[in-house]
Amino acid sequence: MGAHHHGPARGITRWLFTTNHKDIGTMYLWFSFAMFILGGAFAMIIRAELFQPGMQLVEPGFFNQMTTLHGLVMVFGAIMPSFVGLANWLIPMMIGAPDMALPRMNNWSFWILPPGFLMLASTLFMEGGAPAFGWTFYAPLSTTYAAPSVTFFIFAIHVLGMSSIMGSINIIATVMNMRAPGMSYMKLPLFVWTWLITAFLLVAVMPVLAGAVTMMLMDIHFGTSFFSAAGGGDPVLFQHIFWFFGHPEVYIIILPAFGVVSQIIPAFSRKPLFGYASMVYATASIAFLSFIVWAHHMYTVGMPVAGELYFMYATMLIAVPTGVKVFNWISTMWRGALSFETPMLFSIGFLVLFTIGGFTGLMLSIAPADFQYHDTYFVVAHFHYVMVAGAVFSMTAAVYFWLPKWTGRMYNETMGKVHFWISFVGFNITFFPQHFVGLAGMPRRVPDYALQFADFNMMSSIGAFVYGASQILFLYNVIATIVAGEKVSDEKVWDGAEGLEWTVPTPAPYHTFEVPPKVGAAPAHG
Amino acid sequence: MLRLSRNPGADTALKLTVVACAMFAFVFVVMVPLYNVMCDVLGINGKTSGTAYTAVPAAVDTSREITVQFIATNNDGMPWVFRPEVRQVKVHPGEATDTVFYAANPTTAMMVAQAIPSVTPSRAAGFFHKTECFCFDQQPLDGKASAQMPLQFVVDQDLPEDIRTITLSYTLFDVTAMTGNRVAVR
Repeated sequence: MGAHHHGPARGITRWLFTTNHKDIGTMYLWFSFAMFILGGAFAMIIRAELFQPGMQLVEPGFFNQMTTLHGLVMVFGAIMPSFVGLANWLIPMMIGAPDMALPRMNNWSFWILPPGFLMLASTLFMEGGAPAFGWTFYAPLSTTYAAPSVTFFIFAIHVLGMSSIMGSINIIATVMNMRAPGMSYMKLPLFVWTWLITAFLLVAVMPVLAGAVTMMLMDIHFGTSFFSAAGGGDPVLFQHIFWFFGHPEVYIIILPAFGVVSQIIPAFSRKPLFGYASMVYATASIAFLSFIVWAHHMYTVGMPVAGELYFMYATMLIAVPTGVKVFNWISTMWRGALSFETPMLFSIGFLVLFTIGGFTGLMLSIAPADFQYHDTYFVVAHFHYVMVAGAVFSMTAAVYFWLPKWTGRMYNETMGKVHFWISFVGFNITFFPQHFVGLAGMPRRVPDYALQFADFNMMSSIGAFVYGASQILFLYNVIATIVAGEKVSDEKVWDGAEGLEWTVPTPAPYHTFEVPPKVGAAPAHG
Repeated sequence: MLRLSRNPGADTALKLTVVACAMFAFVFVVMVPLYNVMCDVLGINGKTSGTAYTAVPAAVDTSREITVQFIATNNDGMPWVFRPEVRQVKVHPGEATDTVFYAANPTTAMMVAQAIPSVTPSRAAGFFHKTECFCFDQQPLDGKASAQMPLQFVVDQDLPEDIRTITLSYTLFDVTAMTGNRVAVR
């Protein structure tokens, strides 16, 4: 059967109407990078204000808007869409499918994102300002005491939620129905596995978030009292609903990152991934446990002791499958023929820093100790170790790893390594001192602080500016690669890389696997 | 296996859409009621029953004496004067006790208030029965008017031995805006 080859349409309509998984993946990636820069700009304002004690640059109300929008934009705009973009690009190529299962829905799930974020960002220019109640938007701060712009925030969350749900449905439908002949579930590359499980988490909990914001909407405009004690409701109910979504959400962010490093570490160790099956089961266990530990975010609300103990032990249990993963990655590197190209550097950086973040997570899981850590900079340091050094580092590694396959051009290795080292050092200067000020009692989300925290905060701010600036280098490197990078034509850009995406020509043609490949007995994940 | 569409991809997608809709409904029809049931059953947040308790005739346990303390708080922006007439009483389990809270509306406009109770320690919430309470209903007061609001309660004989003091706290909320015309007509 002669494959009908045609290139992309021309002009803007190519991007508006495209149903091609590679085009949509590219749009997701660029959009998420733009959001990363926007959220980063908000972070720079926060760090500039915290450079010295006292009020310097911004009003406290605006500071609160910055912490809120920084969190929302980074979680929903930068990290989540970047991994959806990666999934779009790679999942069809990894399982030998010609495209996603529902290409038109794929187009729609991307194109509702920009209007959603436009709606969220527009609140900055509204009377009363943008949402200022933290990215966790606890009631009654987000209901009774919120600026009028909260309604726009609610609809923005609805739109982003719909986009995520459609994206996940598409990924599940693709993995379940479009695998090439012979590609059984236990041959799926680990990135596909982690995304499949992530997508199930998203379908389960994004509607819960939608429910929470819908209740807020009804409380604000339609006189219900879900979260108002005066009418028989309860603000604590909000926290339970939010974290029932929120805890699976943090694994939604980190599981695809696990998948990425599980592809990259074997490639640069020139060894198959150690313990493939245990990796799959560990991912599934983490996903299951994520549903039954939510209240460890709210130890201080006055739960019964039995509840505190249950959530404490259940949370600690998560360290077991996570430990399995960390040891598997280390075992993969053990006695491997290692080389340290930029993607590998970022993956090892991920491994080291994510593990530190995991340990501080264990500290936070201890209910009696958490009463001191709660809402301090210790928590901020913890979740930036897992969100930035975890998700963002692995995403950066992924871009360096697959960019030559996508573009047919090699990035500048020296510049990549410089980017890694500046990022690594800048990140640690930013967030490591925050552990100390947090343990010493500096509360988060406050624009001023006691004098004894001044030195560490100045360090933190300098580190943040360095880390922020290093992303400009990254952007430059990526653009320079696309425009004028050294051409590569090997199908296998990296000699140790395994998997179906390395069997198609480089750069990956507009249409791949129009005829499904045959997957043999040897596992495709190498 | 149930098929919703002949296209296998669309079939999976439709099934997952049903799951997503079910999870949305789950929040409203399961999580909210379940939370309230859990709070009632476990006495979390010191929630007491919102309806009158029908006293079961039982012997008064004079061997124990329980101190019941009353606290009254106004929610943000609530201008009423609101306080218990008696700060604390000593009661025997099984003994019906009456007390009164004083409320005054210092504004010139008619207002409606709702008192929300909470019992500490929360383990005692299930053993603190109110046979009559102003908190069961919204309380309208004309401008410059005041009222004595009654409360009758019984401490259960089965109250755990180690509890000797029960604190009953009321927070008074302004619900005038929520009730609107309905109360004004009444």
